[in-house]
Amino acid sequence: MAPPQGEEGRAWPLTDWIQGHLAGLGAFSVLTGTAFRNIFSRPFYGGDTLLQMDAIGVGSLPIVVLTGFFTGAVMALQLAATLSQYGQIERTGQLVALSLVRELGPVLTGLMVAGRNAAGMASELGSMVVTEQVDAMRALGTDPMKKLVTPRLLATIAMMFFLVIIADLCGLLGGFLYAVLSLGLDARQYWYTALQALGATDISQGLIKPVVFGIVVAAVGCYYGMSARGGTRGVGRATTTSVVAASVVIILSDFLISRVLIGFFGA
Amino acid sequence: MPPPPPILIEFDHVSLGFGGVPVLSEVSFQVKRGETKVILGEAGAGKSVALKLAIGLLRPDAGRVEVLGETVSALPERELYELRRRIGIVFQESALFDSLTVRENVAYRLEEERRLDAEAIEARVRVCLATVELEEAIDKMPAELSGGMQRRVSIARALATEPEIMLYDSPTAGLDPITATNIMEQIIKLRDVNKVTALLVSHRLQDGFLLATHCWDAARNGLRPSPPENSHTSFLVLHQQRVVFDGTAAGLRGSADAYLQHFLQR
Repeated sequence: MAPPQGEEGRAWPLTDWIQGHLAGLGAFSVLTGTAFRNIFSRPFYGGDTLLQMDAIGVGSLPIVVLTGFFTGAVMALQLAATLSQYGQIERTGQLVALSLVRELGPVLTGLMVAGRNAAGMASELGSMVVTEQVDAMRALGTDPMKKLVTPRLLATIAMMFFLVIIADLCGLLGGFLYAVLSLGLDARQYWYTALQALGATDISQGLIKPVVFGIVVAAVGCYYGMSARGGTRGVGRATTTSVVAASVVIILSDFLISRVLIGFFGA
Repeated sequence: MPPPPPILIEFDHVSLGFGGVPVLSEVSFQVKRGETKVILGEAGAGKSVALKLAIGLLRPDAGRVEVLGETVSALPERELYELRRRIGIVFQESALFDSLTVRENVAYRLEEERRLDAEAIEARVRVCLATVELEEAIDKMPAELSGGMQRRVSIARALATEPEIMLYDSPTAGLDPITATNIMEQIIKLRDVNKVTALLVSHRLQDGFLLATHCWDAARNGLRPSPPENSHTSFLVLHQQRVVFDGTAAGLRGSADAYLQHFLQR
């Protein structure tokens, strides 16, 4: 990930390209590490963290509820059609629960929150950088990393965790309503198969992924915002790149986490 | 004979470049307590960079920057935050926090420090806004203010902690002549009433000469002409990354240097 400073469409020599991306990766790692380290040093910005939790958590709730609900419903619709061919339609709840808790709940929530909040962070911080508000903050004796980045990181991690749980529940509800109302499945059987299917691997994947995705969304959004250069055009570029980068990193890290946890707990 | 005033700002052979392009080269100058030094030069001469070096927002590639007895160029960022309490800066585009009211902007540093209670902070904010004659704007958002008013709020914000040094980055840039003169009056008032040491960057010669030839008259609540030697104002001219003049208004006017003559006659 290189800082969003290069001219678009400019053909860089390969060495410059590699050097730029390595430097960007280094700067990204420093920003993330510093943001984590600041959690344990004064001053603490509890008020700013709560404000960010409200903006990220409560603000993202409608899209997460809608996405979760309809994903669960469409999973039931699609799976039932396949399962009925094998006479296994009563296992719809089980497959909906596994797909949602392991993969679709965390990944889709991560992508939704990335689209909404990584973009928001990049544009807000980027605007502050290009209008010298971040420099003014430093000149007034405030560490922008502590005031702006760490609260966003903490808030995104905490809220992503709960948003994924809400998305999973809404998805199960969506699948349940479709299975009962449209497929005529027994309500108790749906919930019984759904909850019985979930094991330690599924729950651990479902709870670890949102934490990692929260870090990704906040770190990528803040990094591109804090590295924005070149006026409003630079802010626009930082915003777009942050969403693309956060989405790609979420999908890549999803694979890696799944692979590690399945290796650890077994499938 | 009284001892000479101590030096509050010192640049010692300071050089800085961006991406291999030099911006300042071997720049050296001093600012004494109570003095206002006007940094003049064409666009891109490195004037704003010099201000950012003085407050530690940038670090030199070579040389030493010393402010209030501390070597700013060597201090870690964490220690700079305490030093910056004693320095106020007015950015060229004001750099007010656009999501905070005027009151919150001016109170920002006081709120962060948590040394004063809410009542004392409110009183201090009102004093600072009264200094720049903007008390009525206390509840407004920056976007509701004109450019000149924003610049004055920026001065009020910088004054909140009663700094010993003020740094002004083109405080009159882009303003109409009346508003620009009003801003300069505020700066002269701070120099003469509050005895604030200052570095002022400008590309407007008239601003520098106004500082050198006028002083604050408390009885008239306005400016009055004064001999340049009494104004505690000196000039630094940057050209092609280097200092080409460092001295008084009379010295600048009387210089035989071809570039300075050309610069003064623009």
